[in-house]
Amino acid sequence: MTSPSVTPPLDISSASYAMDVPAERPWSRIIKRGQTLRIIDSEGQQAVDALLYCCDDPAERYSAQDTLRVQGSAYIDLGTRLVSNRGRVMATITADTCGRHDTSAGCCSCESNAVRFGEATRYQHACRENFILELSKYGLSKRDIVANLNFFMNVPIDPAGNFTVVDGISAPGNYVDITAEIDVIFVISNCPQINNPCNDFNPTPIRVLVWDAPAV
Amino acid sequence: MSRDTRGEIAAANRRRYEELRAAGQGDAVKSLPELTARDTAPIAPQAIISTDDVPAGWYATIQLRRGEALRIVDTTGRSSVAMIGWRQEDTSERINCADTVKVQWTAALAKGRVILSDMGRVFMSLIEDTSGAHDVLVGGSTPASTLAAHGAPSRNSHENFLAAAAKLGLGLRDIPPCVTFFAPVSLDPAGRFLWDAGRKQPGDFVDLRAEMNVSVVLSNCAHPLDPAMPAASGPVTLIRHRAPLAAPDDPCRTLSPEMVRAFAFTDRLFA
Repeated sequence: MTSPSVTPPLDISSASYAMDVPAERPWSRIIKRGQTLRIIDSEGQQAVDALLYCCDDPAERYSAQDTLRVQGSAYIDLGTRLVSNRGRVMATITADTCGRHDTSAGCCSCESNAVRFGEATRYQHACRENFILELSKYGLSKRDIVANLNFFMNVPIDPAGNFTVVDGISAPGNYVDITAEIDVIFVISNCPQINNPCNDFNPTPIRVLVWDAPAV
Repeated sequence: MSRDTRGEIAAANRRRYEELRAAGQGDAVKSLPELTARDTAPIAPQAIISTDDVPAGWYATIQLRRGEALRIVDTTGRSSVAMIGWRQEDTSERINCADTVKVQWTAALAKGRVILSDMGRVFMSLIEDTSGAHDVLVGGSTPASTLAAHGAPSRNSHENFLAAAAKLGLGLRDIPPCVTFFAPVSLDPAGRFLWDAGRKQPGDFVDLRAEMNVSVVLSNCAHPLDPAMPAASGPVTLIRHRAPLAAPDDPCRTLSPEMVRAFAFTDRLFA
């Protein structure tokens, strides 16, 4: 399943930004056109929920359905163009050492956990809580949360329609590179879910790096 | 918490997940009701509240109270109808395609299934359905998709949703991913989307029972994967009618433990 990079691997020492995101926590940063964000699944099998908003007008944001329609297939991998709700390419997947990412399963919430796993799980931290808190820094709220990307999350959909979150295939150190085509607010929730296999029932830290656009 | 304790919790959570999965993709599927025959399930005339014919390319906004249902009829068998919707009392609560497929363990919406809101509640239930051929993954047509298909921009669901939302005081921020009825999308083993035109027939209909008070927008535009575009369109009929509330033994409510909980959480809004 491992796909090669389309460009020479980026040199870690030349990154302009690096940050470890603790287990269960959110993170966000403006990624400028031409910059590349790398998300590293440091310990493996860790789902990373992500949303993108256009800096100039955050009403324009990542659209899972537009992305899948343009691509003609259901999974995110090397070369996938991340399309906005206005039909523009916001970013492109420019490297991927994992090979399987989801964008149909959405993020976990206290409310959906209660439906799926029972009332007691309503009181467990969830990605939507992270997204709400992080989006509040940009004047955005719950109504701005749309179907997100789930990097390193393995959700096969079979020909009969069966839709299942199964064990992740990402190994420690697997990464995905996302190169921005326009200036975006990139928001992450390092998924705290402990009720399904998306995090091997054990949420772990991730690392994010940013490279500036290569000099022309 | 000790490492052993964490391991035991993880093992117990995995067991619960596998039990729910086995039930959700096993017993629940076997318990689904048969699809509705096209010549059955007439609506009693006294139950009809209103009827709208929506021309090809156009949209309608329908307000439904809990205890009402909407029948969508694809008269010609050529239409697809994309739908978004919000809870009337708090429009930040809206249909959620991701939770709909994740919680029900399937992307195959059909009679006996529900559309969930983002708040862990049932938005609408599919109480009648002749085709079982609906899309929750690919979404509706857009300016770009119609341009690519026709060589010229044409009416599309994205712009219909924007116009309809604006008339409710809502905007682009409020448009969630949509469900499309009469859109037989499936996947091949590699994940590529397929269109199965044989699963569309003239007279196909669905009945959507509102489980909360909702505003829904129906856009009658060809699905972007329908190879019959631009001929893939015709008028559709929307019939708003009174429908009994979901009883304790309702087949949508009792389909799975998840649905029992989702209906119970919805009932609390009206308790």
